[in-house]
Amino acid sequence: MSKPLKQIHLAAHFPGVNNTTVWSDPDAGSHIEFSSFAHFARTAERAKFDFLFLAEGLRLREQGGEIYDLDVVGRPDTFTVLSALAAVTERLGLTGTINSTFNEPYEVARQFASLDHLSEGRAAWNVVTSWDAFTGENFRRGGFLPQEERYSRAREFLSTAHELFDSWRGDEIVADRASGTFLRDARAGAFVHRGQHFDIEGQFNVPRSPQGRPVIFQAGDSDEGREFAAADADAIFSRYSTLREGQAFYTDVKNRLARYGRRHDQLLILPAATFVLGDTDEEAREKAREVRRLQVSGATAIKHLEFVWNRDLSAYDPDGPLPDIDPDLGEHTVARGRAQVRMYRDPLATAREWREKAAANNWSIRDLVIETGSRQSFVGTPATVAETIDSFVQADAADGFILVPHITPGGLDAFADTVVPLLQERGVFRTEYEGTTLRDHLGLDHPDAEAPGQRAAS
Amino acid sequence: MLHLAVALDGAGWHPAAWREPVARPRDLLTASYWTDLVTEAERGLLDFVTIEDALGLQSSRFTEPDARTDQVRGRLDAVLIAARVAPLTSHIGLVPTVVATHTEPFHISKAIATLDYVSTGRAGLRVQVSARRNEAAHFGRRAFPAFRFEDLESPAVRELSTELFDEAADHVEVVRRLWDSWEDDAEIRDAATGRFIDRARLHYIDFEGRHFSVKGPSITPRPPQGQPLVSALAHETATGAPFRLLGRSADLGYVTPHDAGQARAVVAAVRAEQDAAGRAAQPLHLFGDLVVFLDDDESTAVARRERLDSLAGQPYTSDARIFTGTPAQLADLLQELGEAGLSGFRLRPAVAGHDLPAITRGLVPELQRRGAFRKEYEAATLRGLLGLARPANRYAVTA
Repeated sequence: MSKPLKQIHLAAHFPGVNNTTVWSDPDAGSHIEFSSFAHFARTAERAKFDFLFLAEGLRLREQGGEIYDLDVVGRPDTFTVLSALAAVTERLGLTGTINSTFNEPYEVARQFASLDHLSEGRAAWNVVTSWDAFTGENFRRGGFLPQEERYSRAREFLSTAHELFDSWRGDEIVADRASGTFLRDARAGAFVHRGQHFDIEGQFNVPRSPQGRPVIFQAGDSDEGREFAAADADAIFSRYSTLREGQAFYTDVKNRLARYGRRHDQLLILPAATFVLGDTDEEAREKAREVRRLQVSGATAIKHLEFVWNRDLSAYDPDGPLPDIDPDLGEHTVARGRAQVRMYRDPLATAREWREKAAANNWSIRDLVIETGSRQSFVGTPATVAETIDSFVQADAADGFILVPHITPGGLDAFADTVVPLLQERGVFRTEYEGTTLRDHLGLDHPDAEAPGQRAAS
Repeated sequence: MLHLAVALDGAGWHPAAWREPVARPRDLLTASYWTDLVTEAERGLLDFVTIEDALGLQSSRFTEPDARTDQVRGRLDAVLIAARVAPLTSHIGLVPTVVATHTEPFHISKAIATLDYVSTGRAGLRVQVSARRNEAAHFGRRAFPAFRFEDLESPAVRELSTELFDEAADHVEVVRRLWDSWEDDAEIRDAATGRFIDRARLHYIDFEGRHFSVKGPSITPRPPQGQPLVSALAHETATGAPFRLLGRSADLGYVTPHDAGQARAVVAAVRAEQDAAGRAAQPLHLFGDLVVFLDDDESTAVARRERLDSLAGQPYTSDARIFTGTPAQLADLLQELGEAGLSGFRLRPAVAGHDLPAITRGLVPELQRRGAFRKEYEAATLRGLLGLARPANRYAVTA
């Protein structure tokens, strides 16, 4: 007998401040107005998606000492948008990226617990961490955290939040008018946390929310990040959307779970994925090429090269050859406030490889950036895309995908209308929501509150 | 014309409010409860609602937890309640409480800017300080001395109070600068040059103060109202710090005079702080805060208050005047206080489920009959309802 089909999980990443967003398209709308978010969320819910995903950045990116102006700039506050979206949707999960460096556990825990109440159990938290003094300039704390401590702070932040969520069991409010007893227990919400990063105590003031705790996402890719996810996360927002890389990542992370006494199905792997649809596969491929050219203007190509070269390359012609000079290997100073600069761990090797490729193919700087930049994950007719997504999930390259359309806010509409029905026909995607909470959609357990100390001992 | 707001807090301001048959004590953590309250307030054409909040459990004591189990305990984040209600309402202003003492002005600024976007121009904030030791311990980053209400005028407490209110003024200054850190037309989407924004129209705010420094710009573009409403509750103290906060930073202050004479004195004191801050020419609304027990006849209102007091085990007291009577009597009082210089009132319903509808269905029609309150919403934004212009951006270079 063959293995039962895995059910696919799908999520929608609101396109905003990233270089896949094509803001110059005539159909591109606001990345700020609530109507865009409402449209996007309603499309995702109409298509029975598991959740909507919002990214976050706490300082505008700079390059060469100036605010980076070639991509979408600006975004609204994550919590506020998600809470408003809870009013215009009924089942869709609401996932927000919230930084564990420039926040305090008590405040973030009460915001997520509040969001979970106000959405009747649909809140999720993508826990990210940073350390840079550049972002810190916007906050009381400043850039206070050594890089090597960022995961230790993130893990302690999350475990502290966990203690706060569990400080209410869920049965404390009796609200008995006759006896005048509102609370069963005057110590409801009591907590004490003494740690390296947080030394706090008192009473949490948001009673237990419908999901108990929000669903926890983790997005880091380093070894430490993967351990963090294996120990504490419910889902990983990964970047490996190809079959081979996806399978390698999937196997690696799922194999780490046993160390923490966790089952394979207690951590979902959900890579970010882009897509381009067409009436024929060839038409889709042609559209995908056009989209990549729109995503990478000449000016954008130069800026992208600067991530590797760590130098001002503004004098170079994007339609001309690559620079002869080598990257500056000193501390990265050109581009600030973005994660991409850390992707190029050996800039000299990358520069050499790119020069060779460009010479062999007669590519300009812009051609090179377009060709070596990430391809769309799924390109083809709706049937091709549905089949590819399904095959990736069945082959354990992922448990589903977080789709990142390139147009705001209508970029998900065609996927919802054409690909989702095909996945439903294949019997691998829900036709109706079966539960009400995000944990229900993702097949995750609803946690009971753990007594203080129980978690550390487990 | 008077302006009217209501202050929403749990089941109402009386500690036994949750025990009334009309109360919904098991719904206080649900979206539908808050939606129903704000919808009722909007039905009455009120200018705005405020939503109480704190970074600790409610307490009947001034500065410390009380371990009581007979009153409402537990609440939701006020900004998120306001955001949850925003798409379901269309005219009423939404003014959540934010605690300056333990929060990041950068986060608060973008949260309220975003509330302004999701409500299309109806956002404000009510800024509050916290000197509670137990709340400070939730953050573990500063410690405050223990004190009681009776110690309010001691030198140590006066120093602390001055520090917290002045820090709140800095907090508001950062929040306001961040709202202005994007000019209105900064997003240009210029396909020819590939530029999404004109970075010359984005501004570092470079705030440096005693408690924090903030670089900017905001990550969120300038909100629809330009500057959402900034409000604060202020009492008269020997340091003058609360009134100074109003004078320096607020568009609207809540004050607690108990009669027309006190109202005139409070108005004069706040105006003096406004002058001292160099803001004499700017509009600053002063709203009187009143707790209200409203019924169709006075004896019913009195009996209800007594019944609630007996359930609570003690008479209800408040910083604000407690009004017990009929909508017509309340209208008389509001008009009298209005003549003493208050431009509006923030009413604190003793029992949300009873006194809020009594305001919207009793007091409002009474004031309308007297020509003292609007008959329909006349503006699309909260600033508009309050007669406040959309302010110019402090960073924009005028041509």
